[in-house]
Amino acid sequence: MKKMLEIARVVRSKNSGPFELVLDVMLKNRECFEALSESGQFSPQRIAAAYGVPVSDIRRIVWFQPANAVKVVMPRHIVSGAPGDSDVYGAQQHAPLLDLEFDL
Amino acid sequence: MKPEFKILSPTAILGYGFPEESFRRGMAEKPDLIAVDGGSTDPGPYYLGAGKSFTDRAGVKRDLRYMLTAGVETGIPVVIGTAGGSGAAPHLEWCREIVLEIAREEGLRFRMAVIPTDVDRAIVHEALDGGRIEPLDLVPPLTHEAIDASPHIVAQIGVEPFMRALEAGAQVVLAGRAYDPACFAALPILRGYDAGLALHCGKILECAAIAASPGSGSDCALGILREDSFVLKALSDERKFTAESAAAHTLYEKSDPYFLPGPGGTLDLTGCEFIEHPDGTVEVRGSKHVDRPYQVKLEGARPVGYRTLAIAGTRDPIMIGSIDSIIEAVQARVAKILGEGNPARVFFHLHGKNGVMVHLEPAKDARAHELGIVIEVVADTQEQADTVCSLTRSTLLHYGYPGRVATAGNLAFPFSPSDVRAGTVYEFSLYHLMTVDEAKLFPFRMESIGQEGMQ
Repeated sequence: MKKMLEIARVVRSKNSGPFELVLDVMLKNRECFEALSESGQFSPQRIAAAYGVPVSDIRRIVWFQPANAVKVVMPRHIVSGAPGDSDVYGAQQHAPLLDLEFDL
Repeated sequence: MKPEFKILSPTAILGYGFPEESFRRGMAEKPDLIAVDGGSTDPGPYYLGAGKSFTDRAGVKRDLRYMLTAGVETGIPVVIGTAGGSGAAPHLEWCREIVLEIAREEGLRFRMAVIPTDVDRAIVHEALDGGRIEPLDLVPPLTHEAIDASPHIVAQIGVEPFMRALEAGAQVVLAGRAYDPACFAALPILRGYDAGLALHCGKILECAAIAASPGSGSDCALGILREDSFVLKALSDERKFTAESAAAHTLYEKSDPYFLPGPGGTLDLTGCEFIEHPDGTVEVRGSKHVDRPYQVKLEGARPVGYRTLAIAGTRDPIMIGSIDSIIEAVQARVAKILGEGNPARVFFHLHGKNGVMVHLEPAKDARAHELGIVIEVVADTQEQADTVCSLTRSTLLHYGYPGRVATAGNLAFPFSPSDVRAGTVYEFSLYHLMTVDEAKLFPFRMESIGQEGMQ
């Protein structure tokens, strides 16, 4: 099993506008990128389970080879900055990804 | 072949600063344009709703002083998008006053085009009725009520209003809310450079050296447009561009890295190549702009109440162990005291438990040795928010939960006063696309700065 930080160099989250949250994982190199994308293990089901949300909340997973990166798009549960929000920039929602392991 | 067109991007957001040496190196490259975008919706709805800048006045003035004095002295156009952070009328005026102040202090004379980007509510109402408004993904449909409730509605303008101002001979262009790359791409497109390359170059330059390695939002970057490519160059020895750093930036804050929608079209990056050169620069080819029906993104925020906060902590393991039931009991007691018609919404932010991720937090069983507690109260009036915050804070402070041994008080307050008035609370009310006849909106106003009779 490979831990996330054995294959990734950047794991981050950020708003894409006030209504969307995006998670970015940049793999260490082309080999890691291809191994992960071909494994099918970075799946909507895995990510939904890691965040405790329905699979339908994982709106999109986009693989982007030029940056050896993969992007996940989710809704924000509270619109950025509305009463009760906990993370206006959405920049601290990445940690559950760090706990993922992959059989590569 | 066309000559090169060089764009100097001093900083990611006007006011974030840059090293003077990097700026001088950028000027030594003899750029054709100095441009910066001043804004973002990242800091949340307050700034647009309240008409305040999220950037600091002294920081903005410092950055602008370098840009204006260098630009005016050499005749290089200085183009500023999203003035004052959110780009509505009060933000634009705030930034304009800083420009006038610098011009006075430095004895500068120049022509400045000012482009307001506020959209009249009547136009938005009419567009809504005419079916010309659509919500972006995950955004609820727009209502007439939301339009009326939003003090400032702005549109993200594209390159065209900037192009008209530059064509009229503006030395400085100061615009309201703009699509981030527009201030960088307008002049090269006017000079006949490819729109896809110019916009993609602008998309990367709008964050200045964030797209370099190591990245920084407070350092300059240079974009060099050619006929069929553009080159990115860092301006300090500490950093360089790599194929990966430039490509990675294309991901940042976007929901799809291949198709980036903007006013009047989409940037299609499916055929894009990032070529790393040994001198620390990166060349980008293949970015294409595909025209689409002209739509602008509208942004607005509406007031939803007034906020009062109390900040505290606890170090008591017995309290931490049953914090959820304690908070539930405290809320029930507060509700009973206030009776029917309690006007406030109360939120407990528990840092050390789930204060950052709330319902997305997977570590549900983790137990910290101390907890930070922020009591957030939002009500219809500031007085109501104060009252409910005070009552919630005092009830939690002295609540006799089961098993309690520390009977002198449940909370550690770092500050006196413990409660802080945070003023009007806003939430985003517009984040919608509007189909427009672009040429009719967003005219510029040309001002002669530093002339007789001007301030």
